[in-house]
This record gives sequence, structure tokens and C-alpha cells, in this order.
Amino acid sequence: MNAAQVEVLLQTLIAGVLLGGLYALIGLGMTLIMGVMKIINLAHGELMMVGMYIAYWMFSLFGIDPYVSVFIAGPLLFFLGILIQKYLINTVLRVDSILPENQVILTVGVGMILASAATIAFKSDYRSTPVKYGTSAFYLSDLWKGSPIELSLSIPWSVSFLFALAITAGLWFFLQRTDTGKSIRATAQDLDAALLMGVNVQRMRVVTFGLGSALVGAAGCLFIPIYYLYPALGGQFTLIAFVITILGGLGSNVGAILGGLILGLFESLTATYVGMGWAPVGRFVIFIAALLFLPGGVASLLRRRAFGK
Amino acid sequence: MSESLLQVKNAYKFFGGLAAVTDVSFEIRKGEILALIGPNGAGKTTVFNVVNGFYKPSRGEVWFKGRNISGLKPHKICRMGMARTFQVVKPLQRMSVLDNVVASAFLRAESREKAVEIAEETLKFTGLYEDRDVISKGLPLGKRKRLEIARALATQPELLLLDESFAGLNPAELDESIGIIRRIKERGITIFIIEHHMKVIMAISDRIVVINYGQKIAEGSPEEIQANPAVVEAYLGEDHHA
Amino acid sequence: MKKPLIPLAVLAVLAVLPFSGLSTYMMHILILVLMWTTIGMSWNLLGGYCGQVSFGHAAYFGVGAYTAGLLYFKLQASAWWGIPLSVAVVSVFAFVLGYIVLKLRGPFFALATLASGEVLRITTENWNGFTNGTLGILIQERTWVAKTQYYYIILAITAFTFLLVRRLVASKWGYYFVAVREDQDAAESLGIDTTKYKTIALVVSAALTGICGAFYTNYMGFIDPHIVFALHDISIITIMIVMVGGVATQWGPLVGAGIMVLLAEWIRSIPGLGASHQAFFGVLLVLIILFLPNGIVGDFRKITRLFGRARA
Repeated sequence: MNAAQVEVLLQTLIAGVLLGGLYALIGLGMTLIMGVMKIINLAHGELMMVGMYIAYWMFSLFGIDPYVSVFIAGPLLFFLGILIQKYLINTVLRVDSILPENQVILTVGVGMILASAATIAFKSDYRSTPVKYGTSAFYLSDLWKGSPIELSLSIPWSVSFLFALAITAGLWFFLQRTDTGKSIRATAQDLDAALLMGVNVQRMRVVTFGLGSALVGAAGCLFIPIYYLYPALGGQFTLIAFVITILGGLGSNVGAILGGLILGLFESLTATYVGMGWAPVGRFVIFIAALLFLPGGVASLLRRRAFGK
Repeated sequence: MSESLLQVKNAYKFFGGLAAVTDVSFEIRKGEILALIGPNGAGKTTVFNVVNGFYKPSRGEVWFKGRNISGLKPHKICRMGMARTFQVVKPLQRMSVLDNVVASAFLRAESREKAVEIAEETLKFTGLYEDRDVISKGLPLGKRKRLEIARALATQPELLLLDESFAGLNPAELDESIGIIRRIKERGITIFIIEHHMKVIMAISDRIVVINYGQKIAEGSPEEIQANPAVVEAYLGEDHHA
Repeated sequence: MKKPLIPLAVLAVLAVLPFSGLSTYMMHILILVLMWTTIGMSWNLLGGYCGQVSFGHAAYFGVGAYTAGLLYFKLQASAWWGIPLSVAVVSVFAFVLGYIVLKLRGPFFALATLASGEVLRITTENWNGFTNGTLGILIQERTWVAKTQYYYIILAITAFTFLLVRRLVASKWGYYFVAVREDQDAAESLGIDTTKYKTIALVVSAALTGICGAFYTNYMGFIDPHIVFALHDISIITIMIVMVGGVATQWGPLVGAGIMVLLAEWIRSIPGLGASHQAFFGVLLVLIILFLPNGIVGDFRKITRLFGRARA
């Protein structure tokens, strides 16, 4: 491998890790909802799209930086998630029907409404926020003059990645240390036990859906400086979230983080070495491989090691 | 002594490194009623799941009719002549009582007419014939438990596994079910039963296996078990569900 | 009327409809209704009766459509051969796919099927050498100008599907399908090979959907990956048709297809509504799930009761 090839590989890996960090955030929101509610939220990507439009709006109307919008879109999405859970999903849980997948189909309906509401409001145009630092980057040669290869680290990607890390750490703290967080974990682990322990499961479901939505909304704000925005973008990210969750192991938070990183790296490698258009196919290849060869996801590997078996 | 129908040989079952069943061995002889008892969480249902194929034993073997069935799928084991009921009843909810039993009678019937015939006969046998058109979701618990038995019987098994078919029944239903179990035995069907009701167990079983913490702690006739100090100790602190 | 006579009567009415001097546009609508009825009935076999909710029927529709399209495009054969050939191609495809996705239960199955539809769309878009990519396939010469022939072909397909599903559901397989839907563990313990019967339901359902795909290629004369592998416009609409009409009912798909096709045409005809037709469908989907979870045919009693009370 010559220097140029090493350069391409390293650059690809860096891009993969950065993307993976953001993917992890999307996956975490999905995993959280899946763990507590045992349903799949097919409007997940659309919620992210809503987060992105909030950030876009804030930027074009008031000049608010997308990274500041994390603190606006997060709470707004939390509220939206609560409304969806309280008035739609909870209602369906009480309806008797032949197919239990009604709840999943319901989230499809919600996603359709969100996506076309965005189309009505913003047309199907591609949009982006022209932030000042949009194309700036750190270069390896700035730090090390004699470097044989040149690597760059995009500033918005890096900042988004750091934000994702901070939010993940915050979530971890919330789940481990706060009473609400512990109740959420208890509900996810064993519904009956949680009920017996006096956890208000109904409330936890609502909070969890809000939290999952807030996470993916925040992820949307982190994506906006580096991604084009259009109303139909949600579906693609719903699938990404699902692939991450399967890859990581259903309902496992650590798994979702690792799953996000793996997927980010894999997509980045596919895009560089196979072709841009094939990155989504690579996504599904890894998804099917995970289903076939690692049904419990990365989390099952971790668990097996922990028990020494 | 009559011929052995099923043998469990040194079976283990681990869940993520935790042992739910440890080195359990016993056999079931043709025509008898063998009861499996033990305190809550002792691993009784896990033993059932290992026997009927829902779980593959982590170690050890299960033999049925002279064949090693460890790792076979439940439907294959059922076809060989073993049927079971569930502790938490699993009726095919939106099907009528008759259709529930027809669905399982198809296992040994070539035509729909034949399946319906087997099903109706089974419903009469279990006293559910009057309820044949009721959607099974609407049955009271006692009858749902009996529907489980009817459904298992319609597969025409040689060995019937009953998982707490008496739990939650009122005294009248209890007597009725005991009668059904006795009549099943008279038909020559071997029965392996998990039960909490000590009175029922002592009244109907030929032999009893006791497990605690996933391990077998005793085996013998009802009289022997009642006198066994290890069993008494295992149940100490627990009420006797009598 | 005796029960077996109803399907014959419906068939008779449908068979003489073209003689009533319908416009070309009306014939087009009828053809679409019949095609969607067939897709709905085949989805219903797998989703409604066997309980395996597929979000990826576009995969089978698309593979059927491309089987016909590629026959013409690559081998210069008549795309009509695609109808019989698609049965074989889609069956094999569904069998292989089923091996992967049928290991999953409930919502996970649903999502894996959804992903399979998307994989095919993206693959077809990118595999330019074989599929002509996003340009799609255009059938240069149409077989007939009038709609009547197409109408009778799809009517025959629909009638065949109706009969097949009806017979399957009344047979041992039907009992097994419903048993699997109601409780897989119970079914398995009653001696039902759940994997086998789920695979059967999937393959039959997929093959019937594939036939519709092949018909679509012949009828419309143009396909591209976005049209035939569409998530919303095929996979989701299929689910909506069955849900509107009635899950696990004989007539639900016909009722649902009629309503949905007419609704779609009506919405399209409203000026200035444009992109918001999806919002409309989304709202409709949510309302159906909340108030008519078993569809118009399935919840018929509930509806008549409502109206009865209103009148009283």
C-alpha cells in the first residue's frame, strides 16, 4: 500500500467513526423506545427530519446556530413524542384487533403525516444551512509539518461528533443515576417486576417515547450542518435506526452505540471502495448478515464474554 | 415394572451462564401418572420445555420411545406422540373452541371431516362440546384450561404433559378435571404433570419427582415423598397450596 | 342467496361490466381496482390469516414486474411470458428471503420485510448493466390499445386468486395459518411445523403478488425502480387496502381496493392538493387503526350498530 492509499483508508475510517457517532445517537433513541414499549417506531426518521427542519428554521429566521438548536429541537421533539405516545399509541394499545402490528402501522401513518406536512410547508426542495464553518477543517499538516500523508478533519463533523458523545454521556447518567432513569430501565427489563415495584409504567412509556424523540431530534440538529435536508429523508433514517438496533442487539444501549459505529464505518468503507450509490446496499448486507449470523446483535457477544462462556 | 416411555438423562439448561436445570435425570413409564413438583421458580416449566423441545438441553439427553429427541423441534416431537398444555393458557384466541381442537386434530387426520370428527369426540370427552361454537377468548379460565387439555388430546398423544392444569380452578372444576385426568389414564395415555395442588398430586399420581433450584431432590411414591425430610424442608416457609 | 353463489354473481357482474359502455378512464380504474384486490388478497393470506405482517410486498411486486420487463428488455421476448415466469422467479426469491426473515417474529419480521423491499429498489437502481438502473424499462409496442383485453386478463387473475385463497383458508393449511397467527408456541407444540407453514404462506402470497407485478409491466408499458419497489405507494398501500377492507376477510381486499383506488383518484383530481395526498392517506391510516382496526368488512357489525343507533 502506498502513501496515497493509506491516506484514503485512514480518511475513510475517520469519516466512518464520525458518522458512526451520529448514527449511535439515532440508534439510542430507537433502542430506548423499543426496549420499554416493545414496539418499533417507524416514524423515527421522520422525527429526526422534524428536528432538522426546526434547526433549519431557527437558522434562516433568527440566525441561530444549529448546535444551539439542539437545545430547542430536543425539548420540542420531546413534547411531540409525548403527544404521539399519549394520544395515538396508547389509544391503539387499548383497541382490540387481529394484528398486533397495528402500533407499528400506526407509526407509519404518523411518519407519512410528518413527511408530507414537511413537503407542504417546505416543498420537496433540498435545503442546507450555510454555516460559516461548513467547509472548514483541521489538517494534519498544520500540526505536523513533515507528515508523509495528509488527513483532514472536518470541523462541523467533529463538533457534531463531540455533541453526540456529550448527549450519550448525559443519557447514560440519566438512566443510571436518576430515579426516572432507573424506572425506565426497570420497565424495559421486566414489565411485571416494574409494576410490582410501583413504577408508573404508563408514565415511563410516555417519558421514554418523548426521550427517544428528543434524542433523534437532537441528532437531526447535529446532521444539519453536514447534510442536505428534504422532506422524504426520514424513511432512510428510520431504516438506519432499525439496522443499528438489530446490529447492536434489541434494547441494548451499549449495543446501539457499537452498532452505530460499525454501521458508520461500514458505510464509509462501502462508499469509498465500492461506490457512493452502494452505501445503502452495504447497510442492508450488514443487516442481513447480523440477522443470520449474530441474531442477538453485538450485545449478545458482550454478554457471552461477561459470563466467560 | 412396565416399559419406559421417556428418559431424561443428566439434563442441564443454562440461560446466559445461569443454570436453570442442573443434572436432572428421571424416567416416565408407560401408563403411569408422573408428577413433577417443587417450589416456585424451581425450574419445573423449564424441564417441560426441555422435554417437549422448546429448549434444547445445554447438556444431557432426552429419549422418547427409544429415540434421542434432544434438539428436535417441538412439532416433530409432537408428531412422535407427545403433547403438552401451557401453564399460561395459550388458546388460539380468535378461533372457536371447535376450530382450536380441529387445528390440532389435523395432525392425524387426512381430511377435514376426519379432523372435525376427532375434535368433536375430544370435546365430548372433555365436557366442552356444549361450548364448541364459543370464541375461545370468551371462555372462563376453567374451561380454557380444559380446552388446552382437549387440544393436546386431539393430537392423539402417547405422552401428555400437563403444566398446572388445575391452578385457579374452583372446587367443582377441580373435581371435573381430576375425573378427566383419570379417564385419560384409562385410555392408556401416559401423563407427566406439573402441579401445585398437593391434594390433587397425592390423589392422582403414581410417582413423584421433586426438584428445587433446578436439581432433583427426591423421587418416589406419594407416601415416600410426603415422608421425605428433604422435600419437607424445600417446602418450609412456603405454604402447601393445599 | 346461497353463499357459494355470491362470488359467482360478483364475477358475472364484473364480466359484463365492459359491455356497459364504460369510458377508457373508468376501465383503467377498474383494472387498477382488480389488480390491487389481487395484491390485497395475497397480502391477506400472509398477513391477515398467517399473521406475518409484511411491509415489503413491493419486493415481490417489483421482482414480478422486472421479470416481465427484463424478458422483453434483455431477451426481446414478449413481456407476457413474464406472468408465468414470474411465478417461478418470485417463488424462489420469496423462499430464499423467507429463510432469513421468517426467523423473526412480529414487528421484527415486518421491518425485515420492509428492508428487503428497499434493498431491491436500491440494487435495481444501481445495477445499471442488468436492470437499466433508474432509467427503467419501456415496452415500445403495446399489445392492445383498448383496455378490454387487459381487463379480462386481470379479472381472470383476480378470480383465480380469490378461489385459491378461499380454498386454502378452508383447508388444513388455513387452520394452520390461523393457528400460527394466534400463537406460534402453541401451534408448534400442537405438531404444526410453523416455519414450514409460514414459508408456504409467504411463497404463495409473494407469487400471486409477483403475477400482478408482471401484469403491471404489460399493462402500463413502463417500469422503474421507484415505481415498482415503492415503499409507500406499493407496500404501505397494500397494507392499507387490507386494513380498510378487512383483515382476514374474504371480501375485505376488494372493498379496500375499491375505496383506496377511488380515494387516490379523487385526491389526485383535487387541484392544488399535490404532495399532501400522502398526509391524507396518513390521517386515514391512523383513523382506521383507531376506529376500525379490523376494516369495513371485519367491523361491519360495529358500523351498522353505529348507524343504527344514529337512526334510532
